[in-house]
Formats: sequence, C-alpha cells, structure tokens
Amino acid sequence: MSKKITYASDKGGYQTKVIIKSAFIYLGLIILTLICLVPIWILVVNSTRDHNEIIVNGMSLIPNKFLFHNIKTLGSNSLYTKFFHPLIGMRNSLIIAGCCCALTVFFAGLTAYGIVVYDFKLKGAMFTFIIAVMMIPTQVTAVGFMKMLVNWDLLNSYIPLIVPAIAAPAIVFFMRQYMLSSFPLDIIEAARIDGSNEFRTFLTISIPMMKPAFAVQAIFAFIAKWNDYYNQSLVLIKGDYRQNTMPMMVQGVLAIDRNPDYGANYAAIMLSIIPVVVVYLVLSKFIIGGVAAGGVKE
Amino acid sequence: MATAAQRRIKSVSYAKYGYIFTAPFFIVYFIFMLFPLLTTFKLSVYGNGLSAKLDQAGTSINCFVGMDNFKTILTGGTDYKSMGIHENFVKFFGNTIIIWVGNFIPQICLSLLLAVWFTDLRVKMPGKGFFKVVMYMPNIITAASVAGLFLSLCGDSKYSVLNSFLLNHGFLDEAYMFASNKWSSRIIVMFIQVWMWFGNTMIMLMSGIQGINESLFEAAEIDGANSRQTFWRITFPLLKSIMVYTLLTSMIGGLQMFDIPFMFHTGNVINSHLETIAIFIYDYFHRDYLHPSYGYSAAASVILFVITSILGALVFYVQRDKDAIEIKKKRKAAAKEAKRRAARGGGFSI
Repeated sequence: MSKKITYASDKGGYQTKVIIKSAFIYLGLIILTLICLVPIWILVVNSTRDHNEIIVNGMSLIPNKFLFHNIKTLGSNSLYTKFFHPLIGMRNSLIIAGCCCALTVFFAGLTAYGIVVYDFKLKGAMFTFIIAVMMIPTQVTAVGFMKMLVNWDLLNSYIPLIVPAIAAPAIVFFMRQYMLSSFPLDIIEAARIDGSNEFRTFLTISIPMMKPAFAVQAIFAFIAKWNDYYNQSLVLIKGDYRQNTMPMMVQGVLAIDRNPDYGANYAAIMLSIIPVVVVYLVLSKFIIGGVAAGGVKE
Repeated sequence: MATAAQRRIKSVSYAKYGYIFTAPFFIVYFIFMLFPLLTTFKLSVYGNGLSAKLDQAGTSINCFVGMDNFKTILTGGTDYKSMGIHENFVKFFGNTIIIWVGNFIPQICLSLLLAVWFTDLRVKMPGKGFFKVVMYMPNIITAASVAGLFLSLCGDSKYSVLNSFLLNHGFLDEAYMFASNKWSSRIIVMFIQVWMWFGNTMIMLMSGIQGINESLFEAAEIDGANSRQTFWRITFPLLKSIMVYTLLTSMIGGLQMFDIPFMFHTGNVINSHLETIAIFIYDYFHRDYLHPSYGYSAAASVILFVITSILGALVFYVQRDKDAIEIKKKRKAAAKEAKRRAARGGGFSI
C-alpha cells in the first residue's frame, strides 16, 4: 500500500458519491428487471390480440380484447384440441407434482430424522452414500430406467413418475443439515419419557418444529416436478392428451409447423406460465429464502 | 451423563428405528435409481438391435459386445453408420460445451456484480426484495413455456416479434432464421440460460457474501478503501470457494442441459446446432422407442457419468472441511511419531 492515504475531504462529498453510485445501481437493476419482465409482458399482450392483428401490426405493448376469443380458439380449433387442454394438463401436472411433493418432503424428512436422531451401525455409510449419489444426473440412469419400464410394463402410468420421489438424496441432505443446526434432540428424549412412540414423535413433534425447512423444500420439489419435462416425456409416450402434463402440451403447441393461429399460440403459452408466476409471487418470500439457505439447485 | 452401560442399552433399543425410518428411502432408491444405473452400465457393453432383430453390425441387445459401443462413439468405426454416430457424439459434445461456456461466463459476471451491489453496505436500497423476486422469477417458469416464449419473440417465423420489428422498420428484407441459423440460435439459447439462471446464482453468491465477516467490510471502509479495492481484496478472495462450487455444479448442470435446446425449434426437427449430449442419449434410446439403440445411449451415459463423477469429486474436494482434515492430519502425524518412537525403542516394523 502507498503511504499517501486520501480521506474523504468532507461528509458532503462522500454523500454525493453514495447517491451517484446508488443511482447508477438502480439504473442497472431497472434495466435487468425490464429484461426479466418485458418478454413475459409481450407474451401476455400478444395473447390478448387477434391473429390478424399480430401478423399485420407486429409487436405491441398495449393489450387488446381478444383474450377470450383466443382461448375459445384453443378449445375449438382441431389443430389445438388434438393435444392442448389446459385444464386437463394442469390437473395431471397437479396430481404428479402434488403427490411427488408430499412424498419427497415426508420421506426426506423421515430419512434425515432417522440418520440424525438414531445411532446405528450403518449410519455413517448411509450418509456417505446419500452424498455420493446426490449429483448423479437423471440422464445417466434414463436408459436403464426406460428398459426397466418396458420390462415391467410401467409405461404410460404415473407410478414411475411419482414413486421415485420418495428417494430424493439432495433434499435428505438439506433436511439433515437443517436438523443438525436447529433441532434440539433433548425434545425427543422428553417425548420418550412421556411415552410417545418413535413414529408419533416424528409426526407430532419433529414435523411441526421443522416446518420452515419442510415448506421450503416442498415448494422446490413441487416446482421441480411441475417443470420436469424430461421424465414425463420418457414415461408418457401414448400421445393421449388425457394423460399428458402441461409441459408436454406446450411442447405440442411449439411443434405445430403449419398455419398456427398466433393469438391462440400466445394464449396457450400464457396459460402455462401465468399460474406458475402467480403462485411464485405468493410464495416468493419462502423461495428466495430457501435459495439463500442453500436450497437445492435443480 | 449416561454410563457406558446405559448408553449401550439405549443404542441397542433404538437402533432399529434408524433402519426402519431410512428403509423406504433406500428401497425406492435401489429400485428406481440404482438398479437403472446398473442396467445402464450393463447395456453399455451389449449390442443395439432389439432381441428379435439384429442391427446392421449383426448384434442385438442380448449380445455381449464388450467395449464396441464406446469404440464406436469415441473413435468411429469403418462403416458409414458408426462414423455418423461418432461424428454426432463429438459434435453434440462440442455444442454442449459451447452453450455452457457461453451461458456461464456472462451469468457468473452478472450475478457477481448484482450480488456485490445488493450487499453493499454503503448503498441504502429500498425495494431490494422486489428486485430479487423479479430476477429469480424466470427460474421457476417451465422450460417448455420459456422455449415457446422465446420462439415467439425471436423465432424463424416472419411474424415473431423480433422479425416483424426488423421487417417493418426496413432493417431486413426477408425473415431471418433466428432459431435455425447456427450462431443466432446458440446465442439465443445462451441468453435464455442466463435469463433463467442468473437470479439463482446471484442469490447463492449473495448468501456467500453475507457469510463473510461484516467487520472486514467495515474495517475496509474505515481505512478508506473504495468499492473496487473492497471487492478485489476482500470479497473476491473470500468468495473463491463458493465460486468454484458454483462453477462445478453449473458444469454438472450444463452437461445435463436438455429442455431448452430440445424444444427451441419450430416444427418437429431439432436444430442440430443446439443438440447436446443429453439429447444424444435421449435420441438413441427414446426418439424411436420401438427400435431403440440402447447400447450407444448407455455408453454415452457411462461417459457422462464418469465426467460428472470427476466433477462431483472436485466439488467435495473444494467443499471439504479444512479443520477436520487438519485434525486428521495431526492425528496421523502423531500416530507416525508414536510408531517411530516404538521402532526406535527396540521394536521393529515390517
């Protein structure tokens, strides 16, 4: 370091500097916010515009009144009714994501509880195993998974999409870290003395105490499964819209290569995005906190 | 405190719950993940045609072919078809790396800058929460919808937002094939990946910065350090291990990149400039699932598995508990010392 040290000459100069810097930062943040929001806004606007209007006038940032017209087209035009039924898609996605989310959180909690609370011979080995398999990508097991589905005749069923959710190593790992840091084991002793059996202790004492961790992981598990196009397209290959999920239906819309109705296309994509965004905005506090706490990156 | 005997009794009486509670996880894991993984390994050394039907090389899924699949993928063969498979593999691997690098570098720079801005003590920032929420939002939108969104913004069609804008204002005479041309499509996919992931990386880096002892920043400020000095001399060095962690996990994620490249095209033909290694695997065993080539897919999966494992091992090396290792080292040294002493004291070691 040089000997010459310059101090801020006066408090006013320092203040000005801070203000200029803040303004600069704000400008950057606003630009990024626009980059995040404008594509979605254009989508929403275009979903309210008529096919002809989109073709003739191009881009616009002001909504029009054709939203219901476009949604009606989705419901009547055979180009879309063959595979795109937003309500059915959402129902199917909800079933899969909901069941997966419940199973993942419950069993991850149970497993982490077992590993943290009890002393048994294989404890260390189990934890090492969970860490070791945490990063194996789905794609690596997909070939064998597919072969297994063919052999066991499990294609086109929700079982292979839902049951594996019981085993989520990354979430077990997170739950264990959380339990070690903020779950007092003495309480279990107290429950034992009061005559509660082990399973009941887990259900009525551990789960309520771990609520924050459960909530965050439940949200992440739900989002991950809702968005999981890869596995769903592996298993559901019948092409029947009654069993297809939302991402698969959107993919169907994208695959239309001849004479699409642009208004309806935009409306279809909009219908798939908006519910997710609304739910996200409601739960955003938990989600951001969860990511900051080292939530699972999926 | 419990006596040793009491402790032993306790561990005997409750140990079984440890097994009961963890059993469902391990049973399901073994059936639905470990078993398929082992099957993948097995299939990688077996042939490609279905059992009833031999493929061109005269093998089927029941024929043991040793390392042939790996050879075909990594070095190509003599015939036209296996050369094609080899070329595809190399090309798709290249695509994966290009798209990953092109999304990671801008993403980490942007996220780091934002994380520093958000954690700057000097700048009072109302609305911080709002910005974080908005910037994380692209991450939760379904990849299929994101692909659709960007196809309608900058796709091939002359009615896509970007094309119609450029056409209407006379910048172009005919629609530019943004989603089909080599570099434009890659750049758009890179942009989408950055768009989707920078919020996530930013929040992770932010929690890393918040983990740094605040008094260091205060001391720097008192000493008159400006923002740049604070960043390069305090934040950056202390954030290094988190950055390396982000780098490696992002690499692992990048190798699995599937959804966006797979869906960013109009019609039914995947843009070959975007095909990644995950799409290679998917294509060979699933695209035409009545005539799958399990062998090639499985061999590519094994290669992917090996690369991922190496990266994963590096993650743990970076994340390892340095204090625990130090203690272990000391203990080892002590043991050695004791041994040496024993040897000097008349004992002998073999």
